Amino acid sequence: MKYLDEFNDPELAASLFAEIERITTRPWAIMEVCGGQTHSIIRNGIDQLLPDTIELIHGPGCPVCVTPLGVIDKALEIASRPDVIFCSFGDMLRVPGSGRDLFQVKSEGGDVRVVYSPLDAVKLATDHPDRDVVFFAIGFETTAPANAMAVHLAARQELTNFSVLVSHVLVPPAIQAIASSPASRVDGFLAAGHVCSVMGTRQYGPLVERFGIPIVVTGFEPLDVLEGIRRVVAQLEAGTAVLENAYERVVSEEGNTPAQRMLDDVFEVCDRQWRGIGEIPASGWRLAPRYDDFNAELRFGVGAIDTPESDRCRSGEVLQGLIKPHQCEAFGTDCTPRSPLGATMVSSEGACAAYYQYRRLDAGPGVEVSLRQPAGAGSDRA
Amino acid sequence: MPDHPDVEAWSCPLPLRDYDRIVIGHGGGGKLSGELIEHLFVPAFNRGREVELHDAATFDVEGGRLAFSTDSYVVRPLFFAGGCIGDLAVNGTVNDVAMSGAQPIALSAGFILEEGLPMATLGAVVAAMAAAADAAGVGIATGDTKVVDAGLADGMYINTAGIGVVPDGVDIRPSRARAGDAVILSGPIGEHGVAVMSTREGLEFGTDVRSDSAPLHGLVAVMLDAFRDIHVLRDATRGGVTASLCEIATSAHVGLVFEERAVPVPPAVAAACSFLGLDAMNIANEGKLVAFVPPEGLDAVMNAMHEHECGRDACVIGRVVDDHPGVVVARTAFGARRVVDVPLGEQLPRIC
Repeated sequence: MKYLDEFNDPELAASLFAEIERITTRPWAIMEVCGGQTHSIIRNGIDQLLPDTIELIHGPGCPVCVTPLGVIDKALEIASRPDVIFCSFGDMLRVPGSGRDLFQVKSEGGDVRVVYSPLDAVKLATDHPDRDVVFFAIGFETTAPANAMAVHLAARQELTNFSVLVSHVLVPPAIQAIASSPASRVDGFLAAGHVCSVMGTRQYGPLVERFGIPIVVTGFEPLDVLEGIRRVVAQLEAGTAVLENAYERVVSEEGNTPAQRMLDDVFEVCDRQWRGIGEIPASGWRLAPRYDDFNAELRFGVGAIDTPESDRCRSGEVLQGLIKPHQCEAFGTDCTPRSPLGATMVSSEGACAAYYQYRRLDAGPGVEVSLRQPAGAGSDRA
Repeated sequence: MPDHPDVEAWSCPLPLRDYDRIVIGHGGGGKLSGELIEHLFVPAFNRGREVELHDAATFDVEGGRLAFSTDSYVVRPLFFAGGCIGDLAVNGTVNDVAMSGAQPIALSAGFILEEGLPMATLGAVVAAMAAAADAAGVGIATGDTKVVDAGLADGMYINTAGIGVVPDGVDIRPSRARAGDAVILSGPIGEHGVAVMSTREGLEFGTDVRSDSAPLHGLVAVMLDAFRDIHVLRDATRGGVTASLCEIATSAHVGLVFEERAVPVPPAVAAACSFLGLDAMNIANEGKLVAFVPPEGLDAVMNAMHEHECGRDACVIGRVVDDHPGVVVARTAFGARRVVDVPLGEQLPRIC
């Protein structure tokens, strides 16, 4: 299978591991920005096989994880309405808002549907003119073009029963926020390849210059991730900091310019709350006012919903790379995928869920408890 | 004993209280399903008797041992590449019965039909059931039909139950897994789940993957002919191979280690999993089993499987170990280790 087998080859991986080992002389902390990269790292055990001196810090690049509680509560409110078909990417359904999730709304009679593409939601709106179809438009720059296209199409078709609940987030402002934090330990970044496939690489040069930190645009298959790490380490060891593109088969300097024009038309930049981190200036997209007719917040009057985050959840520190998931007191005890305190435990891409899923064997004494459950006891009870 | 579930006696009431209504994941074959069985059904129906949860229940009657199992089929769409709800309803229950080592002898079929269902659709499903029953050599001996109002049953639901006879000297159940057992997988995984997903509203994608729906009792028979003392059999349906392995590890209180590279995943399944963000190990199969076989029987069982149509691609994917009881560990292609856990409920396509 092209692009699956080649980028999973164990022998090539072994030679990359050996090369990274050979060139590493000092400790380095590298942040992979994207949740897809975190997943690949943990699933394949890449972090276990790197030299001990290389620490991977899992960044804020899981769109499900960083969507603020208030937005999820808005989604729950809209999805509960009898006249609404609420469409979402699958893993948003399990993200808890204040007390319930979209699965529960569904079980209480809400019409909540998983779609793979927002264009499917537009089709639902065309097929069900008597219902209000709402799409939960979240994600980074990667998912934004399809979401923008959905709005664009709905406008062209003059649909009056389609709207979007938008909570888009942008990667470069997040990198800037992390790099400028006094507590940051990050020596180099793996930038998210698919985000760059849309936006190109130009936004990252200024970050490299301003913070003197290497950034390597990196893909998602295990060998992509290893190559990204190798290039960051090579720069760090050589004392250089430049922008490199290690995902050239997908990413160009200028990116996908038709998609960018669509984004400029449909969205405008706004300040955005990140779950667990707080507000980052100019770090999100909202619907441009000319598309107010498609703005679900306006249509359903949920703009005023604003919910504070759990104070027990340390996902903010996890997302900023200040602690590892298992260093949170609640990890594996009060907070599990079964009963998550924060969104990082919810999505399969979330750093805490990835840790919980794959690393419980050696994650520490607090976690052993959840492994010793006899058959009669509920697993990972909260 | 009270004649209703004793709430205070539940071993762990908390998880159920997390959801005060049934959510879709309670039927997904993952943890939520397991919690329903463990904390509601077993305490209510078994009243403190020892119970071992398996695909089929077995009990002694004069002259032998019977296996008994039931399953309901609520698949949407009704027809998908490689099969339909009808052959699924036959093969699924045949397989549940066969996982106790039994040869199925008769099935029942209960139909819940939605008002307005085209007669031609029902006819096609029934024809598929008859063909599957013929192919499996099992009769559909009794049945029932109910009709519900339009909009209530996705066209139709089918329940089948099956009984079978367990051959003498056969004792197959999850708690018999022992350190040293080889873990055999009967063939490539993920085809049924991907075939169904690819035709489901909102997720349609082009693929040539077909459901692997097939009766496995013939395969089981040749395996038992080759070696009587097979410890465990499990058909890897909802929750996929992962759920099967995790349930057996928990049930027998043993550790399992498997090699990810040894698990055969068809390229088209791998591709679908890659873009949907799913794990092939968690995806439902309808014609694959896992077998736990002690070392002395391994060669005989493998040879027998390779000569049977349903086991041609059988392979050893792992082994039972003394370490980490109750926990399944995957060795990744790169040689790292990770814990593998039962999916919570439904598999959810990831956002990116």
